[in-house]
Amino acid sequence: MSVLGKLTLNALPHDPVTMGGALSMVAAVAGLVILITYLRRWGWLWREWLTSLDPKKIGVMYLVVALVMLLRGLADALMMRGQQALSAGSNHGFLSADHFQQVLSAHGTIMIFFVAMGLMFGLINLVVPLQIGARDVAFPFLNSVSFWLYVAGVVLINLSLVVGEFAATGWLAYPPLSELAYSPGVGVDYWIWSLQIAGVGSLLSGINFFATILRLRRVGMTLMKMPLFVWSVLNSMVLVIFAFPILTATLGMLALDRLLGMHFFTADGGGNPMMYVNLIWAWGHPEVYILILPAFGVFSEVVATFSSKRLFGYTSMVVALAAITFLSFLVWLHHFFTMGAGADVNAFFGIMTMVIAIPTGVKVFNWLFTMYRGRIRLTTPMLWFLGFVATFTLGGLAGVLMAVPAIDFELHNSLFLVAHFHTMIVGGVVFGFFAGLTYWFPKVFGFKLNERLGRYAFWFWLVGFLTAFIPLYILGIMGATRRLDHYDASLGWQGLFIVAAAGIVMICIGVGFQVLQLAYSIWKRDENRDTTGDPWDGRTLEWSTSSPPPEYNFATLPPVNVRDPFWAAKQAGQTHPQPAAYQDITVPKNSPLGLVIAGFSFLVGFGLIWHIWWLAAVGLLGVITTIVMRSLDDETERIIPSREVAAHEEAHA
Amino acid sequence: MKWARRLIIVAVLAIVVVAGLSYLGGHNLAVLNPKGLIATQEQRLLIIATLLGLIVVLPVFALTAGIVWRYRASNTRATYQPDWDHNPVLEFIWWGIPCAIIAVLAVITWTSSHQLDPYRPISSNVKPLTVQVVALDWKWLFIYPEQHIATVNFLPLPVNTPINFEITSDAPMNSFWIPQLGGQMYAMPGMSSQLHLLATTPGVYRGSSANISGQGFAGMHFNAQVVGAADFATWVKAAQAAPQRLDWNRYTHLSQPSQNNPLATYQLAAPDLYDTIVMKFMMPMPQS
Repeated sequence: MSVLGKLTLNALPHDPVTMGGALSMVAAVAGLVILITYLRRWGWLWREWLTSLDPKKIGVMYLVVALVMLLRGLADALMMRGQQALSAGSNHGFLSADHFQQVLSAHGTIMIFFVAMGLMFGLINLVVPLQIGARDVAFPFLNSVSFWLYVAGVVLINLSLVVGEFAATGWLAYPPLSELAYSPGVGVDYWIWSLQIAGVGSLLSGINFFATILRLRRVGMTLMKMPLFVWSVLNSMVLVIFAFPILTATLGMLALDRLLGMHFFTADGGGNPMMYVNLIWAWGHPEVYILILPAFGVFSEVVATFSSKRLFGYTSMVVALAAITFLSFLVWLHHFFTMGAGADVNAFFGIMTMVIAIPTGVKVFNWLFTMYRGRIRLTTPMLWFLGFVATFTLGGLAGVLMAVPAIDFELHNSLFLVAHFHTMIVGGVVFGFFAGLTYWFPKVFGFKLNERLGRYAFWFWLVGFLTAFIPLYILGIMGATRRLDHYDASLGWQGLFIVAAAGIVMICIGVGFQVLQLAYSIWKRDENRDTTGDPWDGRTLEWSTSSPPPEYNFATLPPVNVRDPFWAAKQAGQTHPQPAAYQDITVPKNSPLGLVIAGFSFLVGFGLIWHIWWLAAVGLLGVITTIVMRSLDDETERIIPSREVAAHEEAHA
Repeated sequence: MKWARRLIIVAVLAIVVVAGLSYLGGHNLAVLNPKGLIATQEQRLLIIATLLGLIVVLPVFALTAGIVWRYRASNTRATYQPDWDHNPVLEFIWWGIPCAIIAVLAVITWTSSHQLDPYRPISSNVKPLTVQVVALDWKWLFIYPEQHIATVNFLPLPVNTPINFEITSDAPMNSFWIPQLGGQMYAMPGMSSQLHLLATTPGVYRGSSANISGQGFAGMHFNAQVVGAADFATWVKAAQAAPQRLDWNRYTHLSQPSQNNPLATYQLAAPDLYDTIVMKFMMPMPQS
């Protein structure tokens, strides 16, 4: 075996479509490098961002990467629907079956792991410490490791476009299709190792924020005084901690099958593919709630703020979150009612699934009655919320239908299912995170996003979404299954596929408006400065500090004794208490080691994918050495002197 | 200006609805157009569950629109109670009503899961027909063990006869689905799953694989041809005289990956072919 394992020049792309994708990506990266070099920004980038342990900066980096990945995932979506709009009858579209299947697998994987999870951890990093009145997260260095592991996953999955191939198995890579017998190439390995590395990052983040919320709340902020977003994150992190080890173990076993010829999930040799399907969904279903709960949390903050009213039914909301968290581990089997489990088992999981609709419905009613007798300002975050109510309720109804096993037999694996989960994930998770981004943007950057362009973006997204997915519900009812790269013209499906593709184009226009909104808002930032720190008449602690907040978040903060403490302080006219003297504040020093650990992890992944064993060994050794080095470093903190604190606070008082 | 814009929106919506309805009128909504006993019951269930769900969904839409309009910030005449944040009666209502609806749905789920359990044989005066289904890369093999025949990519069935499908795969996982006759069932290597269907109307119904299985997956569709009992018997007779015989050797050849296979009919020369396929993952391969 050669020193480069299975890697040869043949791994570079040959066909024009792949080559175009690969070249454009290489060009984008090269362009970025040249631009940074030309602007002489490397030192700044290194000092201010890449090595920073400040969760606000890590949060922004998460968002940047996730939004770039959103563009990649959208490009995949465009290719898929473009193919399906064309590929009827004698026309076979522009993608081969294999390439089409790689694209759909990449789309699902990227959208869930590298867009939705990235947006989520980005928002959590930005908001949670501020909302609980903390200066930092529990483990600042670990936070940086998590982020960079996520980036290593991103790099690996995108590298598959240039060197080698990606999995053509669907985003959950069911065996035996994903076993060596049917997928001998490196595609599935890219899938395994990009998720494995990013997944470890997610688990570490889960532990980090769980500890942060439980240990670092401002004095007096009891659990039942926490903002609802914090509650939602706490629940989501509990799910991360329970669910991600299952993913790690499952991917690990699949990797052993592929690397060492083991038989956990193969059809032969005593393996059991059904075990994989169970395990992957024992992670996969909670994963959906990992994403949606923080989005619920965002809506709770947004609706209360823009109705200028307390959140209705706080206790109900907390109970509902906890109920969803608990139940989300009791429903995984509804992803495969059609695998032939008995009627008792199917019925149990079906009923558990419907039961989740109850707390979810309660949350919707509580949001509605938060608006009731409020003063509703229809800003863009509120538009995203209303778009969410419209789509999510319908998607939820579709979900309840499919929770009945006998109905699911007729809808499973059809485009109806695809439409359902996109309604939940786009209408719920994505709309929620967009609401959150718009809402907290001025806090993080010190100026608001342009409202008019935001409204345009919203309407294109909403109408585009409906145009893209209502046809899929109908196609599913017509018997169209998912992941088809070609179908007979006589079925009469083409019209609907064309409409769906037009919907995706409208969504892309929506995204175009978001990019424009960002650029325009940066250009005109002086017109939309937030000098008060409280641009929306907010209720929770993050609005009590300056926008953007100083590195230490709060110089002083009175104990919390109510919910919505900042709103209460404003009512009492005591928003910015001045202490007699400011204290020195300790913050973590920058460290490049998170990046280094992730870099070595990337080498482990790349080495295992291409069977370059020495590289994997070097990577592993590097990870261990770096962790040891970091543990031996005692000087991990620096002090911000009190006069600097005083200067900042007085400037923003 | 504002009115003109609203008029345009209404007009566009009207066109979309009319175009949509006329499209749907001209096409086969397979799941809502059942031609089998099981599919009919599943369709009815789908409609009942949808109506039950709408009991919650419609009020949510109405409430949202009403509340947002009434309590918009510019409407200063509306009541404003910034500290009003709970009401036991209201909260009881929206915990209670969904609970009640889900309780009804749960009962329906429990009974229908048992009634429509794919493993449950359909009771009928007519003697059931057994069809063994093998998903291959990338075609469907249908074995009629009692008739000693086998077909590739087409599935003749007698009307009003319970069909006992036994389903496996000698390829990655697939899913066997004929929407107009009833729900689907996974086809898995080394496993034999069951599905019981009964067609009530003669006709040609599309079936396909619903689970991705590799390169040729999109081509894995077939027609179920439901015919009267006499026609079916005639077909069986003709098929039993088919020139090609399906033995293990020919099966091994057939099971090699191939796409867009032509329809084929075989005499079944290996009566235990299906069991051998299921068990091949458990024991050494038979020597040819």
